[in-house]
Amino acid sequence: MNPRARWHPWAMLGPSLAVLFVFFLLPMGVAAVESVFAWDLLTPPRFVGLDNYRSLMARGELPALLIRTTGYSLMVVAGTMALGLVLAVLLHRPGRFFAFVRASVFSAYVVSWVAVALLWMWMLDGNAGIAGRIVRALGGPPMALLGDRRTALPALAAIGVWKLTGYSMVVFLSGLESIPPLLLEAAALDGAGPFARFRHVTLPLLGPTAAFVATTSLATSFQAFDVVRIITQGGPARATELLVYAIYEEIFMNLRVGRASALTVVFFAMLFAVGLASLCLRRARTVS
Amino acid sequence: MIEGRAGKVAIYVAATLAALAWLLPYAWMVSTSFKTLGEILARPADPLPAHPSVEGYREVFRAISVGRYALVTGAMATSIAALQVVLALPAGYALAKLRFVGRPFAAAAVLACLFVPAQASFVPVFLLFARLHWVDTMGALVLPFAASALGTLLVRQALQSVPDELVEAARMDGASEWTIIYRILAPTLTPTLISLFLVSFVFHYNDYFWPLVMTTDDSVRTLPLAIALLREQGTGVRWHIVMAGNVVLSLPILMLFAVLQRHLVRAVGLR
Repeated sequence: MNPRARWHPWAMLGPSLAVLFVFFLLPMGVAAVESVFAWDLLTPPRFVGLDNYRSLMARGELPALLIRTTGYSLMVVAGTMALGLVLAVLLHRPGRFFAFVRASVFSAYVVSWVAVALLWMWMLDGNAGIAGRIVRALGGPPMALLGDRRTALPALAAIGVWKLTGYSMVVFLSGLESIPPLLLEAAALDGAGPFARFRHVTLPLLGPTAAFVATTSLATSFQAFDVVRIITQGGPARATELLVYAIYEEIFMNLRVGRASALTVVFFAMLFAVGLASLCLRRARTVS
Repeated sequence: MIEGRAGKVAIYVAATLAALAWLLPYAWMVSTSFKTLGEILARPADPLPAHPSVEGYREVFRAISVGRYALVTGAMATSIAALQVVLALPAGYALAKLRFVGRPFAAAAVLACLFVPAQASFVPVFLLFARLHWVDTMGALVLPFAASALGTLLVRQALQSVPDELVEAARMDGASEWTIIYRILAPTLTPTLISLFLVSFVFHYNDYFWPLVMTTDDSVRTLPLAIALLREQGTGVRWHIVMAGNVVLSLPILMLFAVLQRHLVRAVGLR
């Protein structure tokens, strides 16, 4: 339809576009500019060119940060997708019992990260935590998952999986919903057992859903901050320092706006890559 | 499905295990919250409190003004959710129904924002608010989220299945565009709008990050921050207090979820 007046569409979009532009798109440019200055929020900013990036690279800080953040994200995405798919297939059944189980799994996605982080911090507590007590009661070794440099990051990822599996399960369920039952019946008539039907009918048709879950979950995991801030503060020995937490530390604890901005630019680049990937996958879906 | 008796049993067992994996941690949270410090120190792994006590809850209410934090949090989350609905309607309408130069550009800009989380934009936004002396204000908490890229796209998607004739007939009757958007189209989108409002409310009620970086003053701090602080303030081993705070924080949301589950799940399942 044509608008009644040429300015109408812009008046309707104006407020939304203005807010989105100022708070989500413009910051990209501002971060790029700030990243070539050194500024402590107190004395005047000083132009330093690419020094912020150089110093982040020089001590291997940035590569380590990116490896850690990507590692955490891949663990969370792989875990939530695998568990979410299994649960979706398992719970894609009529009846109140299965509805209740679905709601139980999804509830963690609705509860605050703060509550989830504190709860798991208590359960994984090295001394009095229930998880460690159970392991010891079964004759296992004493464990302090969150205090050990090697296990702290996987432990945080496991907490992320518990929190986010509900999301991937729900999206996979809506994907299963859209598979025509006729296809499965036809395959069954052709003699395909449950596993063959899953492998050759369900799984290929869930491809686009899986791509959607993968890209959105990846973007979500890149933002991880709450668990780090609440549970480990980046420790032990920086083993759980993820990108957003590093940015937070640079600006609010070290008062280094330039370095925080340089890290922000890197973060935008990572999100841009994920966004581009999701766009390509979406296009591939509409073409095929 | 051909599953047989053994298969059926296996499915029920697996589903029960899944439910337990998600429900037992909550049960543990509630159980701990009713324990006393002595019990936690002496027998931390006992499943149930031997002498149920509300001391943890009393401590929470003594340590923080729960009522005020809840009020600030509720006001913030409600304002954001309401603004998002109000602004997403006309924006979604323009993108779904009107033909104009620059529409692909506007749609692309909104789509791009879907991939920019607050965690990526907070450094520049903080610097902006610091310059404007907006840090520690309700405005700094609400304004950046007044518009929602997701909400705009959800409204656009829902409007695409509303026939143009509805709008054309209303125009013939002399209804203004604003009347068409808020009086005629909005009621047809009720399920979408309820979902959008709820998802946005829950997200911002729970949000820890933005209030943390945008406020230092207690008068505008929110409940999740206060609860997280219970742990930081050197409660040490007094986990019954922290878990009581956790129950206070999550119970309203879990109850909301129990009642309005359908609406929350729909918005997440949508693509």
